[in-house]
Amino acid sequence: MGEALGLARSYVLLAATWVRAAAQYPLSMAMLTIGSFVVTCLDAAAIVVIFVHTETLGGFSLPEVMFLYGTAGVSFALADMLFGNVDKLGQHVRAGTFDTMLIRPVSPFVQMAVDRFAFQRVGRVLQAAIVLAVALARLHVPWQRAWMIPVMVLCGIVLFTAMWTLGGALQFLLTEAPEIANAFTYGGGQLTQYPLSVYGGELVRAVTFIVPLAFVNWQPALYVLDRPDPFGLPYWLRFAGPVAAVTLACAAGWAWRAGLRRYRSTGS
Amino acid sequence: MIEVDGAGRSFTVTRRKGLLRREREVVHAVSDLSFQIAAGEFVGYLGPNGAGKSTTIKMLTGILAPSAGRIRVAGLDPSRRRTALARHIGVVFGQRTTLWWDLPLKDSFTLIRHLYKVDQVRHRERLAELSDVLELGPFLDKPVRQLSLGQRMRGDIAAALLHDPPVLILDEPTIGLDVVSKAAVREFLRGVNAERGTTVLLTTHDLGDIERLCRRVMLIDHGRLTFDGTLDALRATVPEETSIEDVVTRLYTRTAEPR
Repeated sequence: MGEALGLARSYVLLAATWVRAAAQYPLSMAMLTIGSFVVTCLDAAAIVVIFVHTETLGGFSLPEVMFLYGTAGVSFALADMLFGNVDKLGQHVRAGTFDTMLIRPVSPFVQMAVDRFAFQRVGRVLQAAIVLAVALARLHVPWQRAWMIPVMVLCGIVLFTAMWTLGGALQFLLTEAPEIANAFTYGGGQLTQYPLSVYGGELVRAVTFIVPLAFVNWQPALYVLDRPDPFGLPYWLRFAGPVAAVTLACAAGWAWRAGLRRYRSTGS
Repeated sequence: MIEVDGAGRSFTVTRRKGLLRREREVVHAVSDLSFQIAAGEFVGYLGPNGAGKSTTIKMLTGILAPSAGRIRVAGLDPSRRRTALARHIGVVFGQRTTLWWDLPLKDSFTLIRHLYKVDQVRHRERLAELSDVLELGPFLDKPVRQLSLGQRMRGDIAAALLHDPPVLILDEPTIGLDVVSKAAVREFLRGVNAERGTTVLLTTHDLGDIERLCRRVMLIDHGRLTFDGTLDALRATVPEETSIEDVVTRLYTRTAEPR
């Protein structure tokens, strides 16, 4: 626990140094933040456009879809801002910068995650948080079920981070592998923006039991929104988010360590 | 300070043979390497390209785990206690920087301060001292990518010493430097070793570095240590040659032949 706190402290101090360096160009920083906010707003606008043509999407109303979009969006954007860099391992290995991380007394995982910490990505977090707030204002979720919302956002962050870590770990073996991980992280980010009921049953089973993307928002949201599962999966799955998150995180941690042991560096 | 006992590192290389057939081959980058370096020594590590110098450095710093033998640096096993060891050693890679390209030099130093958890007062003192001797003042505010190679190298050396390590390991610190920068770097390294008692191990292809700095020379070839002794002893191995360049050339070409 003390070790984890030490790492978190290092992360914050290093991130702060990057932010301060970027803040020397305040206009550029403001533009980038606004830019990331606006671009992601277009994303949300697409959902509104869909609802101009139809009353429901996969059996869900507009505020419900916004709820799914907002929870997945906040998880994804926060995970991306804090740990999204971890999948750049291949680049670091090829450039030799990974060696320089290994001679520092802080875990290379933290160093990679915080490298060029981009505060402007907070624009996307903000956009998703606003969509979530609007959805909640229109949904009137009773407080007995609202406790699940912070839990699901947290599990979502852990799940996305674990996927990036697995993607990074894979690059210890295949330095050109970031695209594989992106299919699950960025792809997963897109997938979870909509109710899974718009997809086929096979895909939903795959993202429930194989790549646990369904636990980012879909399963817990069924609980929050008090909806029956359109695919008839067991009720208890709605509470399985933390188990899925911890399991995937352990697998990712193991893969990372195994990869690090296997690391062979480059020439010169 | 540094103990290496029978250390070796081999790599399995898979080579493509036709469309699907692969051939596995074991390459020994370093084999059966043994030496000891006491505190306060200044040791030069010589060897032709691909002889295993960088592999040795990587094993000493914990980047690579040895596949055989035992290594201790500052009493620690580098590959198992890598992060703990990092506090006791400073490392400079001449071929690449450990600084951040887009950050001003002084911001790079701040990041390093946080990585090593040096407290602010000590950091400021140490930085003032280093920037005074290495004359970093004029370019502390410049992004690293805009520095000349000589300036960058001085920045890198300062970065390696900010946490005041007892051991300094340098992989080709004078590569590509002009005579003036080279002299500045050498003078500084001599000072660090003489005044602070820092143990220094450096690899180089520049025999001037060796002649001016190192009391002891180790020579590696084909992954094996072929010489370990004083500079005079090295000269004496080939008595008919007078310049150190010629001596080393003879040694490199001689050991390349099958024994």
